[in-house]
Amino acid sequence: MTVQINRVDGGRVDRGQRIGFTFDGVRYEGHPGDTLASALMANGVRLLGRSFKYHRPRGVLAFGSEEPNALVELRRGGRQEPNTRATVAELFDGLEARSQNRFPTLRHDLLSVNDLFSRFLTAGFYYKTFMWPRAFWERVYEPMIRRAAGLGSVSLEDDPDAYDKGFLHCDLLVIGAGPAGLMAALTAARAGVRVILADEDFEPGGRLLAETHVIGDQPGADWAGQVLDELAALDNVRLMPRSTVIGAFDHGVYGAVERVADHLPAPASGTPRQIFWRIYAQRAVLCAGATERPIAFANNDRPGVMLGGAVRAYANRMAAVPDRRVAVFTNNDDGHRTAADLIAKGIEVPCVIDTRADAPAVAGTDLFAGAQVIGTRGRLGLRAMTLRLADGSTRQIDCGALAVSGGWNPNVQLTCHQRGRPQWDDAIAAFVPGDTLPAGLRVAGAAAGRMSTHGALESGAGAARAALADLGHATVAPDLPRAEDAPVRLQPFWHVRGARGRAWLDFQNDVTVKDVTLAHQENYVSVEHLKRYTTLGMATDQGKTSNLGGLAVMAELTGKSIPETGTTIFRPPYTPVSFGALAGRSVGRAFHPVRETPSHTWATEQGAVFTEVGDWLRAQWFARPGETHWRQTVDREVLQTRRSVGVCDVTTLGKIDVQGADAAAFLNRIYANGFAKLPVGRVRYGLMLREDGIAYDDGTAARLAEDHFVVTTTTANAVLVFRRMEFARQCLWPDLDVQLVSTTESWAQFAVAGPKSRALLEKIVDDVDLSNDAFPFMACAEVTVCGGCRARLFRISFSGELAYEIAVPTRYGDAMIRALMQAGEEFDVVPYGTEALGVMRIEKGHAAGNELNGTTTALNLGLGRMVSKKKDCIGNTLSERDGLNAPDALRLVGLKPLDPGDPVAAGAHLMAEAGPVDAGHDQGYVTSAAYSPVLQTPIGLAYLKDGAARMGEVMRLVNPLEGTEVRVTVVSPHFVDPDGGRQRA
Amino acid sequence: MHDLIPLSPLGGAAPQVDMFDGLQIREVTDRALASVAARLGHEAVCQGTLRALIGADLPGPGQSVEGSVQGLSYAAFWTAPETWMIDADHGAHELLAQDLAQALGASASVTEQTDGWCRFDLEGARVCDLLERLCAVDVRMMGQGGVTRTALHHIGGYLWCQAPGRRFVVLGSRSSARSLHHALVETARSITG
Amino acid sequence: MIIHHPLLGPRDAQEFVYLGDASLIDRPDWQAEDAAGAFHDYLYLRDNPAGLHRELWFHEQGDRSWLVVTRDTTTHEITSVELARDVARARGRSR
Repeated sequence: MTVQINRVDGGRVDRGQRIGFTFDGVRYEGHPGDTLASALMANGVRLLGRSFKYHRPRGVLAFGSEEPNALVELRRGGRQEPNTRATVAELFDGLEARSQNRFPTLRHDLLSVNDLFSRFLTAGFYYKTFMWPRAFWERVYEPMIRRAAGLGSVSLEDDPDAYDKGFLHCDLLVIGAGPAGLMAALTAARAGVRVILADEDFEPGGRLLAETHVIGDQPGADWAGQVLDELAALDNVRLMPRSTVIGAFDHGVYGAVERVADHLPAPASGTPRQIFWRIYAQRAVLCAGATERPIAFANNDRPGVMLGGAVRAYANRMAAVPDRRVAVFTNNDDGHRTAADLIAKGIEVPCVIDTRADAPAVAGTDLFAGAQVIGTRGRLGLRAMTLRLADGSTRQIDCGALAVSGGWNPNVQLTCHQRGRPQWDDAIAAFVPGDTLPAGLRVAGAAAGRMSTHGALESGAGAARAALADLGHATVAPDLPRAEDAPVRLQPFWHVRGARGRAWLDFQNDVTVKDVTLAHQENYVSVEHLKRYTTLGMATDQGKTSNLGGLAVMAELTGKSIPETGTTIFRPPYTPVSFGALAGRSVGRAFHPVRETPSHTWATEQGAVFTEVGDWLRAQWFARPGETHWRQTVDREVLQTRRSVGVCDVTTLGKIDVQGADAAAFLNRIYANGFAKLPVGRVRYGLMLREDGIAYDDGTAARLAEDHFVVTTTTANAVLVFRRMEFARQCLWPDLDVQLVSTTESWAQFAVAGPKSRALLEKIVDDVDLSNDAFPFMACAEVTVCGGCRARLFRISFSGELAYEIAVPTRYGDAMIRALMQAGEEFDVVPYGTEALGVMRIEKGHAAGNELNGTTTALNLGLGRMVSKKKDCIGNTLSERDGLNAPDALRLVGLKPLDPGDPVAAGAHLMAEAGPVDAGHDQGYVTSAAYSPVLQTPIGLAYLKDGAARMGEVMRLVNPLEGTEVRVTVVSPHFVDPDGGRQRA
Repeated sequence: MHDLIPLSPLGGAAPQVDMFDGLQIREVTDRALASVAARLGHEAVCQGTLRALIGADLPGPGQSVEGSVQGLSYAAFWTAPETWMIDADHGAHELLAQDLAQALGASASVTEQTDGWCRFDLEGARVCDLLERLCAVDVRMMGQGGVTRTALHHIGGYLWCQAPGRRFVVLGSRSSARSLHHALVETARSITG
Repeated sequence: MIIHHPLLGPRDAQEFVYLGDASLIDRPDWQAEDAAGAFHDYLYLRDNPAGLHRELWFHEQGDRSWLVVTRDTTTHEITSVELARDVARARGRSR
């Protein structure tokens, strides 16, 4: 246990409670209200990590989510989390943190040798080195670079926590709960509209918690607390601490990540770790504050060199200081505040170094006006610095920390998420929001360049009132409490010249002034190129502290102004978002919804193996004890069905109820073949084309009444066909009287196929003559089954056998399959799955998705004559194009290997028996292949040029991927029962 | 009477109930549903006939109505232009679609929907907290009788407000009942911890 | 994006499926002399404006209405939303 040597008085941490945590295995203590960064600081730990490229020792630079340096690994196992900013990691009891990107230890990192070779690792080094020998790239260089330059690591275990998604709606979304945000929220809340106030910190209040400002007659933090109490008591306000709005999307949609349990060892049972909210906001006010920027000078990256506002925030809010002796380096008045606040805390401030020759004096310390810091010393942390005074002389000053202020940049990121560009404001030497903001968004407070507390309060109230006025709500101007209104006094100053040593601009990516200079020399002068070439502004902090410094240096080099140089585009997310939050609950088995067939429970009992067909789970086959290979099972299911009778759940096929006076006329235009004359009580096979003449989907339409059809689609296209039919109904022929309803889910439907299917169904169906004369092939009827349950019966066949499909209301589906199996026992009934279904349809030569593959026409399918020329239907005009009707057009054929031991592979290509094997001599390709247990040979369906005229030809079937070549005979695609006698029996 | 035993969408012989602190999730299987779409040019006849059948005027977009005729209660909600879903007691109206079709004749297209859907009734003080984690609907602003189609955790269905802030009906595609139930229960645990 | 459905009010674009140019409503007459050419143009020729674009969206997770949405392709601003059926009738489509 160590003593909290850098803990000072005051602050908002709860000294009454102690929290134990470890960093690199060493145990420390902090208090509730601490972040990992502030607790380590209080314990005197300055060294937190190693830099990305040079492995330089690094400590905390900033206070909040902008932190570039202090990236750590938290927790263990499935919850291990790399690259977390210590500055936003809320302390909890038992928190385990580790430094990263070092070996073997943080203090003795072997790869710090990189720093000695820094002249070889400058901007774009990876484009220039590791080029030779070429073969080394993948095997040697890349793994080596990845190991050396990686940040944290992951455990590769599953994350045990759940992440939620959610949707919120509000009239006004206020982003940020500093003085501007609080005032905006209060103004809107009092007007009674729905308000969401989101703040990324665990304690709302923004800089009011970090400053010693007074609002009215009370400390700023107390005023914030009072406002928050009032807001919390209102039903129309949702306070969302620990919630970062990460993006502004179209039409008032915002993304926000709420860290529900990041501050706990583990989420409470069942509750999520984080929630990704989609917020629909009528209006929004961005009150995201501002981020301080450093000044680049030689060796400005040592632990102990920090942003001034951050030092002040740690001292005032967290009661922690980086050292007992802290100097200040500034180009503006804000640095003087840091000095004053530190002195008030009893910290020794040896001097304030101000780049301005006319800098105002600071009480209680020496001022070096017109001076600059030209170097620092200290191996693992700052010990001393060297100044160059106004007269050119140098002086060395001992100090353990240096608070640097280069001015503040408004946090304009969200204003740019829809390609808005910020504009330059000379008064604060920073970019402020431009004219083109996301629709409905306003900006207030420091984010808008209003840097004083008064400016924040006033603009927050004003933005809320303007937003509410847009929405038609009158508001009363709130009484603004009195608050400081100091002007920004600043001399733009970006980097110290004429000193030896590298001066860092981007701490996270190890980009120095020299790297920008090199990029400029090599003509990477566009800011977007500069970013990619040097990596300036990339990674977890997205350049929040570094972008402007880099731009300023580039501007100097090109002789342009900063606004002329421009900025890179800010894109979501504002801060890093975990994959867990993006995935939500769509992980593992819940990745997508599952659709179960009505016989699912029964099939599970039968030991079915299931396969995914879209979202559906379908039984693929039903293995029996003793069967050791799926082919055994499938062969048995096929043979038994063709010998006696088989049952298969076909509920997944799309079913669309088509009704209306013009239902027949409508289907006549949807299908390529005619439907107008289909009699009631009959079913017809139908082929749908795309408007370009390519086959789209097939199925059947059963006419239950003059004005009522039931259309089936393939399982895969059910949704798409319905959508297209609605398009035709609403957009093409709006005055046809036709109504469409999807009824896929309403009916449990089973195929009953095989020579004994009639005998089986005669036991199930009530009082209907199923003889061939009374109920012939392609008949349909509404019937009852099992003593009165309403049902639909269709005599259709996919297998080529005598077959029926029987449909009952879905709730009876389970009972129906059991009844069918029981009734079929005497006929040796067998359940079959999708695999046997596929084998039988290939044996029969029926086309399926493999044949309707988006490139083939009715002609290719051998169904060319089906396309009616006498009517208008989708696709018939363009199906007549010459290119689709060439004399040697592909035709569907069957293939059999000469040697039944040879395989037929789907995707293999057909070549003439002799001659070259190349694309130029390609004759066609296999779409479906199976082993036919009936023919006891592999078979295939294929598209072959002019195939109908090539029956009996011997060809080579080549599969260059597998290196196989098999001799096959071209045969009819109808391997089984080509004249259709069985299905008509 | 036939001897086929019905299963609930969740696969049980009886509907399932899940209780949480401030929230009850109840599977409902005793309602019959049929959709009615007025045919072109017959809108007035269709609406008039239905008014007599269910004892209420048909609602407009996003709304539902309740009615009763001869002691039997009905509800209807709007699903699409000139299209409504009619809801009735399953025991009294297992053949709801047939009955409606007979009464409406050529003025409307009627389709049986009873088994197209699974239904969960959600009730309790936490119901809005639950729904805002599952769908994009502004549930806190939904008024009495409001109905909207939406997707709950990627599963399409209807959300029907029967008591603002307290009682909602979710209708989801029946084949996804288990996935929908899983999402409801997981989310209920998430909010009630 | 938010699409203001003429019947159902503001709805998240996630509920919709996008098809494309609203000119797909203007399906040519199959019996016209130049039907093949007209269908070719109908199917394959589209304007790709940087600016206002009339386009078809299907409210799949809603009331199954096809809508004609006028959207500025450079800003995503939506200036009008109509029921496609009304648009089709106004353009002379009938039976």
